[in-house]
Amino acid sequence: MIGLANPTRFLALVERLVPWLAGTTIIMLAVGLYLALFVAPPDYQQGETVRIMFVHVPAAWLAMGGYALIAIASLGTLIWRHPLADVAAKAAAPIGATFTFIALVTGSLWGKPMWGTYWVWDARLTSVLVLFLLYLGLIALWQAIEEPGRAGRAAAILALVGAVNLPIIKFSVDWWNTLHQPASVLRAGGPTIDPSLLTPLFVMAIAFALLFATLHLIAMRAEILRRRVRALQQTHVAHAALAEAEA
Amino acid sequence: MPDLGPHAIYILAAYAVTFVALGVLAFMIVEDDRKQRRTLAELEARGIRRRSAGKMKRTKRS
Repeated sequence: MIGLANPTRFLALVERLVPWLAGTTIIMLAVGLYLALFVAPPDYQQGETVRIMFVHVPAAWLAMGGYALIAIASLGTLIWRHPLADVAAKAAAPIGATFTFIALVTGSLWGKPMWGTYWVWDARLTSVLVLFLLYLGLIALWQAIEEPGRAGRAAAILALVGAVNLPIIKFSVDWWNTLHQPASVLRAGGPTIDPSLLTPLFVMAIAFALLFATLHLIAMRAEILRRRVRALQQTHVAHAALAEAEA
Repeated sequence: MPDLGPHAIYILAAYAVTFVALGVLAFMIVEDDRKQRRTLAELEARGIRRRSAGKMKRTKRS
């Protein structure tokens, strides 16, 4: 970790890792889609609509996982001042926002045939919508403040305040009456889903997690390079102004 | 693909939204990465380099 605090070393690692991660992601996505659409049986209660679970649930896990990553990176920014911490947080935000968007839309599309409605203002759905708005707020904050260090610190504070939403999302189905079903995979007594549905779900979850990791590393590389470009342009402008003043 | 029954439109729409959203996200991130690499290469081609980059190259040669 300490060695990777050097952005140049980190970039070299990304260069080596990304092709392998991208290749594994494509293979896992292909296997996951085959299992989800062709192999998994219909559910005894929900019928064929259970196939929506194979994209909805992994997207929801990564929506929360992405925000947890941002919260941990924010601690890295504020406490340890790790040079890559706010780069990691900034790069994760659009990816987490996209997975949250997918979880919301696929949940709505699953809700219509099962609950008879696309949306209800219950605790689970509303807290996930709040998560999406938090992601958008973080992205807007990074866009609004030009200096990366200041933007990173401001975003880190907002991210840590917003992290209180994560346990609310997780336990909303236990604390309040909601249309959303309670946890059936990540629960104390083990999964309640049949292995014929659990296997495709885990394969799709691994595929989505690999995709998240691949895109996150590429986005971090882009952010490091953007900061180098910015620093070079500022230095160049300063040198040009100095030369002009001396002439 | 099995017969997806009366709710096929919801299932197909969920997969379509998922993969279109992920495709757009991947495209935007890869394009941004390419743009930053291109801009940095252009600056370096004009002789505008980081001092630390020069130091690292000298260290590698020595």
